[in-house]
Amino acid sequence: MEKQVVDGLREVFQSGRSRPLQYRKQQLGALHRLITEHQEDIEQALKQDLNRNTYNTSLFELISIENDIKLAESEMADWAAPRPVKKNLNSALDNVYIKPEPLGVVLIIGTWNYPWAMILQPLVGAIAAGNAAVLKPSELSEHSARLMKELLPLYLDKEMYQVVTGGVPETQELLRQRFDHIFYTGSSMVGKLVMEAAARHLTPVTLELGGKSPCYVDKNCDIAVACRRITWGKFANCGQTCIAPDYILCEPSIQDRIVEEIQKTLLEFYQTDPKSSPDYCRIINTRHFDRVLALMNECTIALGGESDRSQCYIAPTVLKDVLPHFKIMQEEIFGPLLPIVTVNGLSEAIQFINAREKPLALYVFSSDKTVIKRMLAETSSGGVTVNDVLMHYTVDTLPFGGVGNSGMGRYHGKHTFDQLSHHRACLIKSFAMEGLNDARYPPLTAARLRKAKFFMQHRLCSCSGICVWAVIATLLAIGLKDNVP
Amino acid sequence: MESQKQVLERLRGAFRSGVTLPVHFRLTQLEAMMSLFEDNETQIIEAMHEDLAKPKFEAVLSEIEIVVNDICYAISNLQSWMQPTYVATNLATKLDDCFVRREPLGVVLIIGAWNYPLHLILLPLIGAIAAGNCAILKPSEISRATEKLLAELIPKYLSQECYAVIRGGAEETKTLLENRFDHIFYTGSQSVARCILLAAAVHLTPVTLELGGKCPCLIYGRLDMKAAAKRLVWAKFFNAGQSCVAPDYVLCTAETRDALLPFIKETLESFYGSDPQQSPDLGRIVTDRHWDRLLELLKKSEGKIVIGGESDKKTKYIAPTVVVDVMESDALMQEEIFGPILPILTIKSLDEAIYFVNEREKPLALYAFSDESQVVNTVLERTCSGGFCSNDGIVHMSLPGLPFGGVGASGMGNYHGRWGFETFSHKRGCMMRSWLLERVNVLRYPPYNESNLSWLRWATTAKKKGWAGCSVM
Repeated sequence: MEKQVVDGLREVFQSGRSRPLQYRKQQLGALHRLITEHQEDIEQALKQDLNRNTYNTSLFELISIENDIKLAESEMADWAAPRPVKKNLNSALDNVYIKPEPLGVVLIIGTWNYPWAMILQPLVGAIAAGNAAVLKPSELSEHSARLMKELLPLYLDKEMYQVVTGGVPETQELLRQRFDHIFYTGSSMVGKLVMEAAARHLTPVTLELGGKSPCYVDKNCDIAVACRRITWGKFANCGQTCIAPDYILCEPSIQDRIVEEIQKTLLEFYQTDPKSSPDYCRIINTRHFDRVLALMNECTIALGGESDRSQCYIAPTVLKDVLPHFKIMQEEIFGPLLPIVTVNGLSEAIQFINAREKPLALYVFSSDKTVIKRMLAETSSGGVTVNDVLMHYTVDTLPFGGVGNSGMGRYHGKHTFDQLSHHRACLIKSFAMEGLNDARYPPLTAARLRKAKFFMQHRLCSCSGICVWAVIATLLAIGLKDNVP
Repeated sequence: MESQKQVLERLRGAFRSGVTLPVHFRLTQLEAMMSLFEDNETQIIEAMHEDLAKPKFEAVLSEIEIVVNDICYAISNLQSWMQPTYVATNLATKLDDCFVRREPLGVVLIIGAWNYPLHLILLPLIGAIAAGNCAILKPSEISRATEKLLAELIPKYLSQECYAVIRGGAEETKTLLENRFDHIFYTGSQSVARCILLAAAVHLTPVTLELGGKCPCLIYGRLDMKAAAKRLVWAKFFNAGQSCVAPDYVLCTAETRDALLPFIKETLESFYGSDPQQSPDLGRIVTDRHWDRLLELLKKSEGKIVIGGESDKKTKYIAPTVVVDVMESDALMQEEIFGPILPILTIKSLDEAIYFVNEREKPLALYAFSDESQVVNTVLERTCSGGFCSNDGIVHMSLPGLPFGGVGASGMGNYHGRWGFETFSHKRGCMMRSWLLERVNVLRYPPYNESNLSWLRWATTAKKKGWAGCSVM
């Protein structure tokens, strides 16, 4: 079945249907209508999947998708146009440019924590770049998956874009097929399997993975504001965000103050009983609930700690004096537990971070520019937000992606378009100026070699206007001669 | 002698120390690479000759000049490449600084190939050095003289802390690939590329694969026959056809073929004389095994040899050979030729040629020869390939402004010029938020309400074209 889907899409892609920009804009417009006309259905599905409320859904998923669609619609012509590049003397009179072209059929594998954004944002780029696509939403967010499968064919061209639902066997079967690009969002462990499957067909991949995103709070900062921002980013979606601040690093002297400020903020956000707040989500399922709960075992609970398995509810929890060898520091938490690990200053914090895998995001809170500068210069991560969390995700002009264990490739805005395009190098020459070419033909003479080397150089390309005309005049004079001594 | 693991650990230690980060260090290394070429031109030409009987002319242009040009290009542009690029923001983030930093990846592995043994390993190295990485070079063991020269010269000119050459064959490469690198850059065949990708998947290592395939050359419509023949012959028989972007086969009508053949003959004679085996300007096949493979293809072929066909095993010589009446099922059409044999297949229409090309794997390069711009545009629009050049061959890869790389079965990723720098960099998206306007942030905090949402929606909407965008907050 999966093979038929892919073969069918490939055939329609090869017919050239998605080449015209008008077609792509139509599809994007239809996708936009899907979201706006079914916003309530999407919100309902997310409530059932994650107990997500409507506000969070809009803020975290729908707004980003809509913005991406509007951006692609208005900028597509620019993105898809040939991009001229610098020439050397040999090509001074030729057309030299990069032509963005679609890749073909791309596979987009989504994930359950932001089931709509993680699939539809890459899809916007795939459509804008002129590809066909297979979408494989996560079966863990089953209501969203079912709704997506039902709605997409009602709006988009089902001969070019299809949703395949199912679990591990269906995904494995899909991965046996040949795609022109695979875009996967999920865990590093499965990321390796995706890359392995892609290797068979030499398929390029984009892997948006995870890791433990550290959050360093310098003693020199507005701790109250820092803690509000961290609390927001950590506990939104019940901590189930790939770029959530995973753990805090700070000096022992400010640990208690941090706990205090977080406590104040939690009260403000979710009131005395987060369980009954309409704004607090749930863990996706009992398997993850058990996993997250077990991470608390060795730790000292500073705040929260309550749970209710029947609702997959875990209270916003802060753990203090966490030691590096605790289980909670060995894997990405992906839940509402915020460990605080104390370090003696910036250098130790940097060492701590660098001893671990490169994370998807890194956060640093400080009013001291040298602290920020050092943190940026001496660590590596997919992306960074300074003095806040998550926000670099919202700027679509910034490339969003991981490095090392946290992933490869990038997207958002134009970056998705570029990631899902082939940048074809084009040199358009005429038959004229054959005299120039003589320099490179055998038999070798010293004069020919000298001339050939001269024309290959680009050192002369940054010359002033008058100089350029002199050069072009010389080229014309030489080029129009038939033979070169 | 150090083991592979020891070399890798040493380089990793050097990278962690931060020695490759300052622009001054990178420039010094690039300048040292330049000196490597300036001081050793004779030895380089000799090594090329020993490995491939590469004519001096070809060695200078395709192994020295092209690399030296890229070094100059990197040196003149490095400072600007290293600058963070600031990006536009939306209203909600107007007071923040958003920029992209280009950061080194760490320790990279560059695996070279034997056909341009210096170029294919040192050109990627330029990008790796410019981007601030440490690098292990694994040259091809098939081009022995160059491998030996690299092992001698690299430690002499470049920082031994940061760059190392590891020699060996398939076994050593396999062991090397078990280690963890931060990027693997491979030039070579598709079958080996699959093994490399599998090894890379274990560590989630990103890769650049510069592979090959059969590069088609469509010749159609009105033509300057003489110029077309010259350019085609030059591109095909350069390095005795052993170029990943050599035009592999020609597609044209019978009339075009008949008109072109005399010019091809004439050009071959003007390039290599009446007996090409005596010409100092024609290369040889790299090994006996490769020579055998090519002769086997020629033997199995059911086409008609109209030019050349002579060969001499002792000197690994194969004459520039043109074969006509080649069918799709011919032996010459089943694999990348990588030798001085040019099959010409006849087609009746441009559509047929395009269809033929599209039925096959996407090639590394695609050529269209025609004086009619309509023909060139049609081929360009209706096909896909790593790179494209009209009315000439190979030369598109000498332009540092153009990314050089494949697509589909011909590879992934690219390099040359700035593209090499980008390939070996991590583009880190950074946002510096202001401490101010915490009251604006209130819009996003719980408890949630509808009016806050409307404000946020407005503030985060993408900037429209031509809109001045005032900062209300």
